[in-house]
Amino acid sequence: MANVLEEVGKSTLDHLDYVGSVNIQWWTTLRAMGNALPFVGNRYRWKESVRQMLQIGVDALPMVSLMAICTGFILAMQGASELRRFGAINYVIDLVAVGFTRELGPLLTAIAVSGRSGSAFAAEIGTMKVTEELDSLRVMALEPIEFVLAPKYLAALITVPCLSIVSNVCGILAGGLFMFFSTHLSPMLYMHEVFESIQLRDVITGLIKSVAFATIIAQVSCLEGFRVRGGPDSVGRSTTSAVVKSTFLVIVSDAVFTAIFYFTVKH
Amino acid sequence: MPIISIRDLVVEYDGRRVLDGLSLDIEHGETMVLLGGSGSGKSTLLRQILGLERPKAGSVFVKGVDISRSSAAELKKVRRSIGVAFQSAALFNSLSVEDNVALTLREHTKLAPSIIELMVWMKLAVVGLAEFGKLHPQELSGGMKKRAAVARALALSPEILVLDEPSAGLDPIVAADLDELIVLLKEVFQVTVIVVTHELPSAFRIADRIAMLYKGSFRAVGTKDEIRGSQDPRVRQFLDRIPDEMAKAPAVAAYFGKYLQAQEA
Repeated sequence: MANVLEEVGKSTLDHLDYVGSVNIQWWTTLRAMGNALPFVGNRYRWKESVRQMLQIGVDALPMVSLMAICTGFILAMQGASELRRFGAINYVIDLVAVGFTRELGPLLTAIAVSGRSGSAFAAEIGTMKVTEELDSLRVMALEPIEFVLAPKYLAALITVPCLSIVSNVCGILAGGLFMFFSTHLSPMLYMHEVFESIQLRDVITGLIKSVAFATIIAQVSCLEGFRVRGGPDSVGRSTTSAVVKSTFLVIVSDAVFTAIFYFTVKH
Repeated sequence: MPIISIRDLVVEYDGRRVLDGLSLDIEHGETMVLLGGSGSGKSTLLRQILGLERPKAGSVFVKGVDISRSSAAELKKVRRSIGVAFQSAALFNSLSVEDNVALTLREHTKLAPSIIELMVWMKLAVVGLAEFGKLHPQELSGGMKKRAAVARALALSPEILVLDEPSAGLDPIVAADLDELIVLLKEVFQVTVIVVTHELPSAFRIADRIAMLYKGSFRAVGTKDEIRGSQDPRVRQFLDRIPDEMAKAPAVAAYFGKYLQAQEA
């Protein structure tokens, strides 16, 4: 019994330590963000931010678009198969439009970015740690969080919401294609119905979520990289851990945000 | 006043004592070699001198600042006067060699890009890499990487140059070239040089003084001649390359004898 309590206590302390570390790192990053900004910041860091934006955002466009198109089709087909029985197939438009804008667009994007860039962040920082590059930065009087993490975080904050919007558009277009082929609904009429069903708050809540997801992915993945101990094998473990933890936390936070918006926004 | 002063330094990892009450003064402009075998604590001592870790007890004064207790801002200020070339070179693979050298100049100075470019070229020329600035670290040989790391360490014209195992993994000719470069740099730039190594020829070529570490303590500190003439058994064992008891033939034979007896039983 004592052993069980000891294990529970240790596990609790480890989790609290992890949460504390993420928060301290987040706060430190926010304080260091100024130098990564364009015009006002250090121009060499801004270049690095742009390079990260290309890697996180532009390079992920095909993958995110394809995922959104497939999911848009799936959602429309699954919705239509049930709604058709009640003669309400036109509600597929609302389902796809609102579903993507509020939920699926940001979530799919976050999962794609977590898999692509989260793993890359952890692997890059972990390798830098193993090869003494982080120590090298410190002895050059440069803070790794400021120099390595801040440009990545800034890039994620900008690109993840942008990718979410692309994902929304692709998913909604896929729904339109399905409606065109299954009910011969004209694209113009489909888009009109889409704009009728979406409200500004749906877009805003989706974007708020995507900013939170970007924060989780960047902070958790980079922390996993910074916590690498030992040799190259631990870099592999940190990469896996970064993807698993950031995806898990993205889904948990999505549930929390959805509950908050559901109970606070008047319907 | 010494540029670096270590006082009663104690470092422990998980209760295991790695450095046991070390004290050492390093004077301005001297080349101090920290000599010792694997696991003797020389890399740990180096990390303490660079302020990368905090000790359990004792102090490390660099230019009069106790970096074991200093604030982050004080530590940063001290670090700007130290140039470090790590054992693995630790160059940033995403940057070209000249960008690696230019990094600290861009981050810590307000010099115009053309001046930075000129300074980078000069530092690379000093280490014989002026023509290789556009290459990335992965395109360099082991010896060139170490030279590039030295050029980067020299970027801010530091008062203290720290080199961690500079000749490890290099062939004897490249290692000798690097030794000559270290001697030249000390003469030209008048820097204090700290070198961590276990390579005896290298240590005796570049050192003004040598501090010999064994299991976290100094066994001998002195000039090259003093170390050469030391009668300390551990110093003699290291200098004369005498294996430990476990590595001697009778010990190995006894071990295998016991093993075979156990197998037969």
